[in-house]
Parts: sequence; structure tokens; C-alpha cells
Amino acid sequence: MPKQIILAAHFPGVNNTTVWSDPRSGSQIDFASFEHLARTAERGKFDFFFLAEGLRLREQRGLIHDLDVVGRPDTLTVLAALAAVTEHLGLAGTLNATYHEPYELARQLATLDHLSGGRAAWNVVTSPGAFFGENFRRGGFLDHADRYVRAGEFIKAARTLWDTDGGDFHIRSSQFDIEGRFGVPRSPQGHPVILQAGDSDGGRELAAEHSDAIFSRHHQLADAQEFYRDVKDRLARYGRTRDSLKIIPGVSYVLGDSDADAQEKAQHIRRQQVSPQTAILLLEQLWNRDLSAYDPEGPLPEIDPLVDEDDTIIKGRAGMYPDRLKTANEWRARAEQKNLSIRDLIIEVTGRQNFIGTPDRVASLLNEYVQTDACDGFILVSHLTPTGLDDFVDQVVPLLQERGVFRTEYQADTLRGNLGLA
Amino acid sequence: MTLRFAIALNGASFEAADWISAARQADEARLDFLTFDDSFGRSGPDAVLVASRVAPLTRHVGLVPVATTTHTEPFHLSTALATLDHVSRGRAGWQVRVSADPAEARLLGRRAPLDFDELFAEASDAVEVVRRLWDSWQDDAIIKDVATGRFIDRDRLHYIDFAGAYFSVKGPSIVPRPPQGQPVIAALTHQPQARERLDVDVYFVTPADVDSAAKIVRQLPAAKKVFADLMVYLDADQETAIRRRAATTSDAAVFAGTPAQLADLVAGWQPSGIAGFRLRPGSPADLTTITRDLLPELRRRGLFEPSSATTLRERLGLPAAVNRYQEAARA
Repeated sequence: MPKQIILAAHFPGVNNTTVWSDPRSGSQIDFASFEHLARTAERGKFDFFFLAEGLRLREQRGLIHDLDVVGRPDTLTVLAALAAVTEHLGLAGTLNATYHEPYELARQLATLDHLSGGRAAWNVVTSPGAFFGENFRRGGFLDHADRYVRAGEFIKAARTLWDTDGGDFHIRSSQFDIEGRFGVPRSPQGHPVILQAGDSDGGRELAAEHSDAIFSRHHQLADAQEFYRDVKDRLARYGRTRDSLKIIPGVSYVLGDSDADAQEKAQHIRRQQVSPQTAILLLEQLWNRDLSAYDPEGPLPEIDPLVDEDDTIIKGRAGMYPDRLKTANEWRARAEQKNLSIRDLIIEVTGRQNFIGTPDRVASLLNEYVQTDACDGFILVSHLTPTGLDDFVDQVVPLLQERGVFRTEYQADTLRGNLGLA
Repeated sequence: MTLRFAIALNGASFEAADWISAARQADEARLDFLTFDDSFGRSGPDAVLVASRVAPLTRHVGLVPVATTTHTEPFHLSTALATLDHVSRGRAGWQVRVSADPAEARLLGRRAPLDFDELFAEASDAVEVVRRLWDSWQDDAIIKDVATGRFIDRDRLHYIDFAGAYFSVKGPSIVPRPPQGQPVIAALTHQPQARERLDVDVYFVTPADVDSAAKIVRQLPAAKKVFADLMVYLDADQETAIRRRAATTSDAAVFAGTPAQLADLVAGWQPSGIAGFRLRPGSPADLTTITRDLLPELRRRGLFEPSSATTLRERLGLPAAVNRYQEAARA
């Protein structure tokens, strides 16, 4: 039997992947939008719904970023409400180990697991930054090197609490010193499913030790296969089997009646995603300078990027460019060679859709990735709220089902069971 | 004038079906709101999540979870309650609580317990931060202006820049302004600090009789809504109710009798000036008797009329919430 594909639905996020300028684009905050996407995912027999977390609004040049979607709900509160309008769909929320505390969060996740009948999942992220910290009691208290220490100890503490089955605990570690009685009996999954997104060596090790799944960023086939092999090879060290950790990259897709039609649609979406203003802003993220005087339809700047990683122009997002000068030179060469404007160049070099084609082609590509061990499934990131997943569920899911690589009915009562995790 | 009626749910069930059943009963009976008890030390589910779990399955009833300010992040509290308001389309509230229990402090492990003055000083700051964050987005902040490429008008978002003795919070919120603007904030006022320090809309009080209710109402600001807490055992015959009450004691008055007798009590307390009652069912069966027998009886007597208001604020007769930052910008 071929490997079975895991599918998850990412609620469109607060970045320029999400197109708000399209007439079909709906509210980012009304519950009806969350309900629509969740119900669509469940109609498509998806494994889970995925929600990111907001801790502070993004800023660029010291101002609140206004070009992308801004604003989102509290993660756990929306997931609890979605439990009321779905029956089988897993409910995964991103929650930051830096700005939550183990007792409170373990209690909330166990509550969600109970109230959803065993469908809760936690995407563990960490953040060292003082930027988010300005909204929280402790401020920027965590050293960069300590963030995985805290995350690891946090996950261990949560698992200890869940294992008490409502009993006594005493947890003492470098980050935590807590004791008492955990007020939640064992939840249907025992432990909610744990996802993790870190990509560094420390992040991979953390995942190999603690996680049930990785929300990865590797999209190119060979690169994804290398990542897959690397992470799965680490599992034996912790006495784990290779299929006890699922690798699920976040991917985007565009469907068309023909491959050419899909390419045309993809290009149209890219232009929607990169408005003239957004092009300048994305260029600034590499240049680390104010480029507001530049014409988005004109050539790239001749001045060099400002290399100062302690004072970046953008706040609230992870650093994306390890070598600013090198990348800038590559971009300039490419723009010159192909006669691209700033906007054209940005459209080419940032965030291109991962899978483009007819439903049949996209289904084949997705399946190839899974069968050749580039991943175990996908978290689909659509560009339209809330209807962006409709075409995938209507057109691609049936093809995956025909190929025998995706369920036609939910097999288990819990998310853990549907993911094939112990 | 009609009184408003709430029910305090203090169950510890982890079964969604139990909460849904209670919330639907209350909703169908057109009860005004439910409160959901909580504390870190108890065995029971997180109340905000329970309220959110039942929100899509109810249409009318207000949803007011308890959440403590002592060990929590005001930013998370504000965004969770704003989200509950979005999910319930304007029916959210919050019952503020502090935790003086050293055992609860050890569960969270953040610091030593504070005394009551400090607990309420911190709670007061937390309420202020929560309220400011709710106002930190103007209602018209989302503009979707394709010509300029802007999703929001950032001038309509506001840093709250709160700095206090216990925490500092920069803002703005991550959540657009909730439908009510300001969800309803309530507190039980056993401690004098709760009355003196907290900027709440609703007080839960525990008078023993109509005279003490009247006295309490006179002492509180006129703009606040005062709800008398009453623990109730209701049966078709008074003897059964009294037998079930047995030796129950409570911080609130304990009533045992028939729905008609309770309606008599309600009528007797009405002149005290209270906005209504928060009934604490002695058992889950009492919730059913309240919705099935008591509320119809109160309606017959003109003591209760289901509200057609769609938001909890409006239903309680609270004024529309003015956005402090929008007003400041206009001034």
C-alpha cells in the first residue's frame, strides 16, 4: 500500500501571500470565515486546520505594517469555537513557549482536547525577541540561545502535566519550578499532537526529541528529501521509529483548466500579492534601508544593503537573509539580465507558488513528493480567505482518493489516530 | 421594568455535551447571560474555552467566563475575550477574579502570592490594559484601499503604552475591535477593593434580603448594573427543595422552594434597584427548572421579558462603548 498523504488547511496569514484586494476576498476576523475554511477542510477529509498566533503587529521602518492583512483572533479561542462546527477535523494552534506558561497552556490544550473529542494540536514556536516582549510581563527576557532550552523544557513540562491524569506534579528545571495538582483528567488523545517549525540544527533536534510533526519550509524536491532524511535519521537517538515524526511542509498551489491556464492564474495572483507598495517593502527587507523614494517600476537600487542584524528594518518576522550583500548582488544581476523592474524582480524571487497546474498534475506532484520521501503530507496555504481551499477540495482531493493515497472517510476518532501516530 | 436574569454555571465537566446542553437550555429560554466559573486550582476546564465552545451553538445568551488576572497575561486575556466576542457576535463578557491562593501561585511558579491590596491593584491595571487593547483598533481601521495598497489605515490603530507596577504593555491588540467595542466586564464584590479599584460594568453582590440589596445598590455608582446572586433549589413542592438544600451554606442567600415562591421573592426584591439576579443552581436539575418553570412564571408576572437586543451590552442597558482613542483623535 502506498504512503498515505497528510493534508492540513492553513488559515490565510498576515503576510503578502494572502490577497485581500481580490473582490472574492472575505473577512479575516469574522467567525464565518474560519467556519467556512474548517468545514471545507472537513468536507475534504483533511487531517487538521492550522492557525498561526499573533503576539504583536508587524512593523516596518518603525511603523505598523499596513500593506498586508493585519489582525487575527486569539488562537485557542477560535479553535474551541471551531470544535462546535466540525466533528473530525484536527485543530492545530501555534502557541509561543516564550509568552505562555506550562500550567496554563497545558490546561488550555487539554481542555481543547476534551471539548473537541481528541482533536487538539499544538505548534510549538519560540521567540527570543524583545519586540514581542513589549506586550508581555517579562519583556525580552529570553537569551537567543535559551529559546530551545525553554521550548524543550516547556514541552516536557506539558507532557508531565498531561500524564498526571489530574494528579500531583512537581517540575523543576532551568526554566520552571512548579508544583501542585493538575486540574484536568487525561484527555482523549492523552497528549495533544505536537508540531514544531524550527529549521536550525537546534530546532531539528528539538523536533526529533519531542515532536509528532514538523511544519517545514522545504519545497524543492531534492532539498526536501535531504531535510526529510536528516530529521528522520535523528529519531533513532531518542528511541523513536521513522514514522513517529511526520514532516509536513507549508505549500501553496494554483489550479487551472490546463497547465498554461494555471501558470497564467499563478502570475496574476503573484501580481496581486506583490502590489507596487509591497514590492518596495519586500525589497527593504533585504536592503534593510528606507527605499520609499524608489520607483517600483524602475531599476533596483545601486546602493548596497545595510548590514546590521541587531537593528533590522522589519520587526515581528524571523530574519530571512543570511548574507544581504550576496543576495542583493544576485538580484541586481538577475534584474539587469532580464530587464526586470523592482516589482517584476520581487514577483520572481519571493514566494512563488509551489504547485501549479491542472488538478491532475498537482495531484501527481503532491503524491510524488510523498512517495519519494520529500515529506509525509502538506499544510496548504491558500491565498484567498475563506474560499481559497474550495477548488482543491473539489478537484484535487478526489484524484488523490482515486490513487489510493488519501482517505475517503475518517478512520479514527482522534487526530493522533488519523495521523497514524501512537 | 423588567429584570435581567443570569445563571452561574460552576460545573467541572469535561464533556462538551454537558455544556452544550446547559447553554442551549439557557439560550432557548432567552436567559440574558451565563457565567462560567473557573480558577487555576480547581479540577475543571478552562472557562474561556468552554464559553467559546458553546458560542456557535447559541444565538442569544451572553457568555461571561471567569478569568483571573493574577497569573495571566493581560494581552492574552484581552485578545481571548475579544475573540470570544467575535465568535459570539457581540455576546461576550468577562468576570474578573484574583487569586490569593498560595497553592495556585505554585502551579504557575511565577512569583510569591500578593496581598489583597496588591492583587486588586494588579487586577485594576489588567482591566485597564484589556480595555485599552479593545479600543486600540478603531472600528473603521480596515480600509482595503487598493489604490494605495493599504489594508489598514495605521492612524486608526493605537499604541496603548501602558506602564504599571506589575507589567507594561505596548499594543496595539492583534485582534480588530470586538463587535461590542467593549465586552461586558463583571466582578463579584466581596472585597471592598473590587468595588473601589475595578472598572467594571456589572457587580455581582450577595444581599441577604431586599433591604440589604437596596443598601448595596445605594452605595454603588448609579451607572453600574447590580446583580444579586442567589443560590436556588427549585422543586414543585417546597419540602423537596428544602430537603435538597439540607445544610447548604453559601456566600449568597440560599433559596429553597417552588418557582412561584421564587417569583414572589424576585417581585419582593425588585424595588431595591437591582438590575437583576444571577441564579446559582443548586444542581443541574435546578437549571432545567429555572428555564422550564421559573422564567415562564416571571414572564407571566411581568418580571422578565426576553430582550431583543443582539449584544450583551445593549441587553443590559449599557451605553454603546465609545472608543477612547477615536475620541482623543477627534478632540
